[in-house]
Amino acid sequence: MVDTSVILSGLRLDNPVIPASGTFGYGQEFRDLYDLDMLGSFSFKGTTREPRFGNPTPRIAECREGMINAVGLQNPGIEHVIAEELPRLREFFHKPVIANISGFSVEEYAYCCERIDKEEQVGLIEVNVSCPNVRHGGMSFGTSPEAAAEVTRAVKAVTTKPVYIKLSPNVTDIVAIAKACEEAGADGLCLINTLLGMRIDVARRRPVIANTMGGFSGPAVFPVAVRMVYQVAAACRVPVIGCGGVQSARDVVEMMMAGATAVEVGAANLVNPYACKEIIEALPGEMERLGIEKLSDIIGIVRSEN
Amino acid sequence: MKRDLYTLLENAPLTASVYRMRLAGDTQAIVRPGQFVNIALAGRFLRRPISVCDYDAGSLTLIYKVVGEGTAQLARMRPGERLDLLTGLGNGFATDNDARRPLLVGGGVGVPPLYNLAKVLLAAGKPVQVVVGFNTAAEVFYAEEFRALGCPVAVATADGTCGTKGFVTDALAGLDFDYFYACGPLPMLRALSAATTCDGQLSFEERMGCGFGACMGCSCKTLTGGKRICKEGPVLMKNEIIW
Repeated sequence: MVDTSVILSGLRLDNPVIPASGTFGYGQEFRDLYDLDMLGSFSFKGTTREPRFGNPTPRIAECREGMINAVGLQNPGIEHVIAEELPRLREFFHKPVIANISGFSVEEYAYCCERIDKEEQVGLIEVNVSCPNVRHGGMSFGTSPEAAAEVTRAVKAVTTKPVYIKLSPNVTDIVAIAKACEEAGADGLCLINTLLGMRIDVARRRPVIANTMGGFSGPAVFPVAVRMVYQVAAACRVPVIGCGGVQSARDVVEMMMAGATAVEVGAANLVNPYACKEIIEALPGEMERLGIEKLSDIIGIVRSEN
Repeated sequence: MKRDLYTLLENAPLTASVYRMRLAGDTQAIVRPGQFVNIALAGRFLRRPISVCDYDAGSLTLIYKVVGEGTAQLARMRPGERLDLLTGLGNGFATDNDARRPLLVGGGVGVPPLYNLAKVLLAAGKPVQVVVGFNTAAEVFYAEEFRALGCPVAVATADGTCGTKGFVTDALAGLDFDYFYACGPLPMLRALSAATTCDGQLSFEERMGCGFGACMGCSCKTLTGGKRICKEGPVLMKNEIIW
């Protein structure tokens, strides 16, 4: 019997598989499909202080081995999530959930994290720093070590829950940003968020997406994610959640060998709503084939052996 | 929603670019006319949403237009091949209202979901009238199938080569209806909504990510709040639409 459990900042997960934020809503759309308690955890939809409708449509463009989305952080707002979504979630998900928090100012991040800190069901806070900083010219917090560290410090000051910073790959040096977050007190890191991409409808001679650009995800980005997880895990001491293009148990193993302690599955859920269930069910067999008895033994193994 | 494998029974052109596909498999998740399925295609990352034209206990009929590489790939598939579908998606048309003389209005590939709707309304004892619009005579399909159900059918073509010259709204004169159900391109839905005084239901199209409410890719604003075209839609009530 193989052991698939992993530990994220004291939080024990039965397995490392976590549906990524923005591909699993607040669980509702999946509750009737399979027993969600089989998941390691799940990261709920990126939540902001105020309700947001998001961007105009079209918001989606297909790509080879992936997709671009420009949803624009549509969500019902933190108060609604606490009052409505979390109580509903408790009916069908009986494990600690990951709260994905987004914001457009340092104060907004801190406000949302302080509100969610009191929610017993939240095991971990994942802070999405890919949002634009509206007070400072709209540059994403996640593209500057200083801004990412400032958000980290502000959030750490208001919560006792583990804080994981979800990093943007749209940067020159992700390691510098990861280290800045670690030094500012982050308990862990999650990477990668989507890669900025664009498609053009050549017949209509205009961008496919109303917002022109959007976040590229899916299996096409997997090698980029593995590379960045490898670099960050080698440079930081805190745990890393690997994310980006994962769609099989073998991908989970590969991401963990690169240095991830847990693994998020995103776009795969949208084309196969049973993706996480199938990955979790395939994991023990894949481990046996690869001679892995305890999954946590392989975390970052490529680094120690090379 | 249900995911299953379906066996292709038939896949043949109705016009130069519109195909009808029949599939055998479990249709239990389909509960209303106007719902859609989402089809996985080898080598394409996203599924293709296609409205259900008709279904029975063990098969379903889809009508689709070849508009890009994905639908062209679908058109090349042969009987016996298997397809991975998510079925029973979307809200579909609600027929539990007290309308007595419903009118069904379809434009182009918006016509197919009205076929099963016509059957449901006829089975409920309502006289169903149908107006369908196309660009030209060569693109007309399913007018005869509606007539075979016993529905009077008016056809409009933009170039006048079949039926009334103009749009579906030009073919409404003289029709006696107290409710409508519509599916077609956005300009048609908008014009129809403006041209009618009665209530109705309109089925919308949007580029989708998942098709089952998870990605928020197809959201729209309505007078009753934000809705996902794939989940709370594709059918919206006339009086909640923000044009």
